[in-house]
Amino acid sequence: MERRRDDSNDEVSVKGPVGEGSRRVDARDKVTGDAQFAADIFPSGALTAVVVRSTVTRGRVVDDNFEELREMEGVEAVLTAEDVPGENVVPVIEDDQPALAESTVRYDGEPIALIAVRGRRQADQIGDLIEVEYEEEEPVLDPQKSLQENSPEVAQPEFSEGGNLFTRLEIDKGDVDRAIEDSPVVVEGEYETGYQEHAYMEPQGVVALPAPHGGIEIRGTMQCPYYVRNAVSRVLGLSLNRIKVVQVATGGAFGGKEDVPSQLSAYAALLSHATNEPVKLIYDRREDIKVTSKRHPSTVRYVTAADRDGNLTGVKVGIYLDSGAYQTLSPAVLWRSLVHATGPYNVPNVKVVARSVATNKVPNGAFRGFGSPQVIFPYESQLELLAEEVGIDQVELRKKNILRPGDVTATNQRLEKSVGAAQTLERAEELSGWTETKREYSEWNSRHENVKKGIGVSSVMYGVGMGASAPILDKAGAYVKLESDGSLTFAVGNTEMGQGAETVLSQIAAEALGVRLEDVNMTEVDTSRVPDSGPTVASRATTMSGNAIVNAVNNLKPRIERVAKEILGCESVSIEDGQIVCEDGDESVDLDEVAGEMWLNNVDMAAEGWAEKGVKDWDPETARGDAYFVFSYATHITKVEVDTVTGKVNLTQHVAVHDSGRIINPTTAAGQVEGGAAQGIGFALSEDLAMEGGKFLDPDFTNYLVPTSMDIPDDMIVDFVEAEYPEGPYGAKGLGEVPLMASHGAVINAISDAIRARIYSYPATPEKVLKAYLDGE
Amino acid sequence: MELEFTVNGREYVQDVPPDTRLIDFLREDLNLTSVKEGCGVGECGSCTVLVDGKSILSCLTYMPEIDGKEVLTLEGITDGDELHPLQQAFIDTGGVQCGFCTPGFIMVALELLNENPDPTRDEIRKWIEGNICRCTGYRKIVDAIELAARWMREGQEAVEA
Repeated sequence: MERRRDDSNDEVSVKGPVGEGSRRVDARDKVTGDAQFAADIFPSGALTAVVVRSTVTRGRVVDDNFEELREMEGVEAVLTAEDVPGENVVPVIEDDQPALAESTVRYDGEPIALIAVRGRRQADQIGDLIEVEYEEEEPVLDPQKSLQENSPEVAQPEFSEGGNLFTRLEIDKGDVDRAIEDSPVVVEGEYETGYQEHAYMEPQGVVALPAPHGGIEIRGTMQCPYYVRNAVSRVLGLSLNRIKVVQVATGGAFGGKEDVPSQLSAYAALLSHATNEPVKLIYDRREDIKVTSKRHPSTVRYVTAADRDGNLTGVKVGIYLDSGAYQTLSPAVLWRSLVHATGPYNVPNVKVVARSVATNKVPNGAFRGFGSPQVIFPYESQLELLAEEVGIDQVELRKKNILRPGDVTATNQRLEKSVGAAQTLERAEELSGWTETKREYSEWNSRHENVKKGIGVSSVMYGVGMGASAPILDKAGAYVKLESDGSLTFAVGNTEMGQGAETVLSQIAAEALGVRLEDVNMTEVDTSRVPDSGPTVASRATTMSGNAIVNAVNNLKPRIERVAKEILGCESVSIEDGQIVCEDGDESVDLDEVAGEMWLNNVDMAAEGWAEKGVKDWDPETARGDAYFVFSYATHITKVEVDTVTGKVNLTQHVAVHDSGRIINPTTAAGQVEGGAAQGIGFALSEDLAMEGGKFLDPDFTNYLVPTSMDIPDDMIVDFVEAEYPEGPYGAKGLGEVPLMASHGAVINAISDAIRARIYSYPATPEKVLKAYLDGE
Repeated sequence: MELEFTVNGREYVQDVPPDTRLIDFLREDLNLTSVKEGCGVGECGSCTVLVDGKSILSCLTYMPEIDGKEVLTLEGITDGDELHPLQQAFIDTGGVQCGFCTPGFIMVALELLNENPDPTRDEIRKWIEGNICRCTGYRKIVDAIELAARWMREGQEAVEA
């Protein structure tokens, strides 16, 4: 990738580490085994927590042997809902989810009691001794049936919009029915996606420790320490200032550690509070897959209309998301589905009705892309149907419709800054050799029966940050401290979970101050250091914490410059590579010397920074206005070979082009793209959890097929078109989620191109591919 | 039951309950926490260690099986402050993201390079197929192993010259 430095045309020029493919600052600890993950913490005398879970999908607890368990040697506490000192709730968006079920259980695996056991090996055996008796009821499993009037109640009435409808959202722009009626080309389809499990390699885990003044400290794997702090505060009935949450090395998250760590932390905190002892709670893989949130299964209907040239005239969408038993993040996930339903395309007439529905299943939540993959698969499939009907090339069709600067989105948001959608499409077309490949594959397919080749494209846009769905969370704090030796310590509230935030934010801190990357050090994220900085989600960490760091450094810098000017005796100075240089002469002084002087003269060497990003003119009633402060864009193109005897799909090349504004670190950014693309490939091809009667049949890696090194093409081309975002740090906007979103659609479209038949549900297993191929013949 | 074995070059003669998994002994008794439990059923490879030079899954191995054998974990491949070429290569290529799977990948890669100092990319991809990484999409891990192999060959040539 080309590096642009000190380009005088750039609004945001860089001189230091921003834009360098610097090595990750956390890599050394991770290759030596020094990085301490939650399970690696062994507090002296810690009790082991065991969560007693419902073994029925729907029903009531009628009897248990908890009294007997309490008397057992080694059992230090058995807690049920009535032992919760604060509120019995795990707060997310709504307060509908109890920490521990109060007799009514709404899904298989719902927590009903907590046990603290002395000794991990003893804890392994306690499961066999627990006896709970239930009165079972017929579960509600199908979202569409759940909405019928005679359906038993799953959603609690105070948290529903009527019956088992959690939330209904709508966009209604123009006159879509008329557009469909008047348009010469109309295509329709119904699409389904199943469960996608995050499969972060590190299972969920926390440690709760008694803290001074009756408080509690949580150390664990998590994305959102401030969510955890809030949950622990509510469940213990303690004020926020008594609770300290420290995020430790986090082994992948992908949305799966957004709200779920609040549950584990509440459980561990309850047991620690009750026993006044350290408590450790680590899920094993089966428990983790079985009881933690996943991507919402979906059923989505699309009607897409266009004129004879392929210009989109109207899109009508109905979305059903299966939320499971509690709301958790469903309203926000649904909002993403709603706002992203037309993709990065110009559509004058739009109607989208989106519903999230309660069922007796594990509550679903955040997963990289957050409700958007469920609409991307359909809208990108619909474009293929349309291209076929109109008789136009798939890339050409997208070029006609793709959003360009000045265009408006489905919510009438005018896109002005940093709109690189079309460039991603053009660059991906070029890098993949689209036209030649199409010709070559067509030639191949006309002469071969056993292997068919195909190429597919998918373009996406993604709103960075919380946007209008939760503007109160789009804020972030930072704290910087120049040490007396000239090194810089900084603290933020957004977390490193593997994505590279610690490195990118360190680069931003070093760039802002004018020092080398090795001169800055990010502290572990700890809620007691900086104000509530919102969650580390929505591809927002670089933009939000990055801006907060720049603000903090800018608040500190005048003090450094003042002391440096006194030392140097010149009027104006600049800081570069750890030196303060007179702008009108050759004199310079090292930062460490200036820092030492500041320390000697009792100068305040610390500063705070703040960032917030609102959206303007959003009307929730009509869903009109600015949904997000900025969007990121991407186009992926995939090439596949399909074995028409077995249905097996082999990816031969994957091209990924992204516009995420200026790329702070090309190496970590490419890593995000490659890994995200791989998760999307898994979503499209293999990842699925079988369920019967509301229970997962095989919640393990033997049956849940995460892509291996042999499933992901070695030939992966990653590139960035950098439509700089002037309001982001050094022109950056978000990246994290976008690669997953763009890859799966390209894969499914490539398969359809190869077998000349469409597949309407994920994952496209060999059986499904074969059936579609044979049915299509 | 009394067992004799070495871990990272250090000899142990120890009484260990025979139903103790190797992973638990390494993590809880020796504090060798690079050995990670990702699944507990031998599907993810995060707990890989070498026993007499061969990669094994420590979550499926019970202590009596290592009697008289040499165990090597990630902690044992570092020479003082000096990183092993594989460790350095994982840093340099961006083969590390969340880092939870990294110890297992480095250990299987070490076994590969001991057996085949000059593997092709496809040979590397096939070799690491039993280890799951959810962050990287594997390409930069293959880059890392390829780079380390080159460094190790060049180092060997330098020694021989």
